[in-house]
Amino acid sequence: MSKGSFLNASVGRKFLMSITGLFLIMFLLVHMSINLLLIFDDSGDLFNIAAHFMATNPFIKIIEPVLALGFAIHILWSIIITIQNMRARPVKYLKSNQAVNSTWASRNMFILGAMLFVYIGIHLYNFWWKMKFAGDPLLEHITVMQAGVPVEMENAYALVATLFKESVIYDIVYIIGGVLLGLHVSHGFWSAFQTIGFNNHIWRKRLFVLAQVIGAIFAIGFSVIPLYFLIKF
Amino acid sequence: MADVILKKIYVKVWRQNNVRAKGRFETYEVENISQGSSFLEMLDILNDKLIREGKDPIAFDHDCREGICGTCSLYVNGRAHGPDRDITTCQLHMRKFNEGETITIEPWRAGAFPVIKDLMVDRTAFEKIQQAGGFVSVNTGGVPDGNAIPIGYEDAEEAMDAAACIGCGACVATCKNSSAMLFVAAKVSQLAKLPQGKVEGKRRAKAMVAKMDELGFGGCTNTGACELECPKGISISHIARLNREYLKAKFSD
Ligand code: SF4
Ligand code: FES
Repeated sequence: MSKGSFLNASVGRKFLMSITGLFLIMFLLVHMSINLLLIFDDSGDLFNIAAHFMATNPFIKIIEPVLALGFAIHILWSIIITIQNMRARPVKYLKSNQAVNSTWASRNMFILGAMLFVYIGIHLYNFWWKMKFAGDPLLEHITVMQAGVPVEMENAYALVATLFKESVIYDIVYIIGGVLLGLHVSHGFWSAFQTIGFNNHIWRKRLFVLAQVIGAIFAIGFSVIPLYFLIKF
Repeated sequence: MADVILKKIYVKVWRQNNVRAKGRFETYEVENISQGSSFLEMLDILNDKLIREGKDPIAFDHDCREGICGTCSLYVNGRAHGPDRDITTCQLHMRKFNEGETITIEPWRAGAFPVIKDLMVDRTAFEKIQQAGGFVSVNTGGVPDGNAIPIGYEDAEEAMDAAACIGCGACVATCKNSSAMLFVAAKVSQLAKLPQGKVEGKRRAKAMVAKMDELGFGGCTNTGACELECPKGISISHIARLNREYLKAKFSD
């Protein structure tokens, strides 16, 4: 197979978008599940144990660069595809009534993606950067009892919880981020299956409904955390 | 039913002298149009008036005027083939419009469909895609042989549904990316399910997608707008089949 022509072909490019997109969705499901521990244990132990596990697990170490690559490809290819698609219509319509034939999310995937990109930047700076490189006094090591054994670990809970308790602005940013992600996935999920050819007139309704459900789960799952801290503290 | 007459409507149309010229919108008044008349008849009446006034009539494509040839186009009030489902512009009626309304008419807009004049666009790009692989060139025998090869009901139906495509280009016109995927999917799908077409399936999918890309159509982002504006209701499930055919062909290279 000539790789060059495949990745330059419209369907090939979209194939990459789909595969990376589905991979990112899987990552986000894991990520969200761990995050939700934040609101089920105000002492923070549960979340700290999970975060510690993620930070030290060798499997996660391997996945991390793959994940970064997944994001990079998804973002870069989306830019290439969007530019190509915009070029395909040099003169725009004066009047275009697309609301009657397609969903808003499906027409605005690139804009949603661009907003998510900004959001991810803020998010990485808030937590990932501090946990991995810069450090933060809030992260000072604590000892948590794990299966009867005391384990020393970073207090990741303090870093996250403090941000959400103290900044209404960040709460709002994270709530919006969750909703944007939900919208993005509500189209992206079924669209990915369509692009890799896994679809027909029976599956398409199922996949579409499933996409709306997963989108809603993401939107609620991610934004309920800042909302919890906003209301409770 | 008594005939309702639209006393006065306004038609805002795209005028462009030739491929290279810069286009512009012009608004015309049209009087006394029966709501029972077709949209193209309304344009005929307007053109008649323009000719009497010594002006250049509006060029637009049309041929069969019964929804089977795919020649008529027009982006009416922001929608391909106007504000109705599963019809071509020649099947659009004036009862869809109101007294005093301004109707905006634009040509199909896509880089791959250059405007020839006013509302006429050049859709040769579709023919080029077809010529790249939308045919069967193996020996399939004569009519008796065709009848002797059994084809399942579902497969036959799927193929016939795809074959309903009239090549009008509404899918490209309505797609935010000017993608021709629905058209190509229909042309690949009408043969992919049949034993006569299967033989060249791989070559066909690859060649037609390559041609479509080369001609400057955009990529499909699955908004699904094409299927709702397609006069023949071609389903985007066929696009999934095209993707499948294409990926299978590429991965087995
Ligand atoms: S797929 Fe539908 S909209 Fe596209 S060219 Fe064929 S008939 Fe027209
Ligand atoms: S003129 Fe033939 S389909 Fe409209």
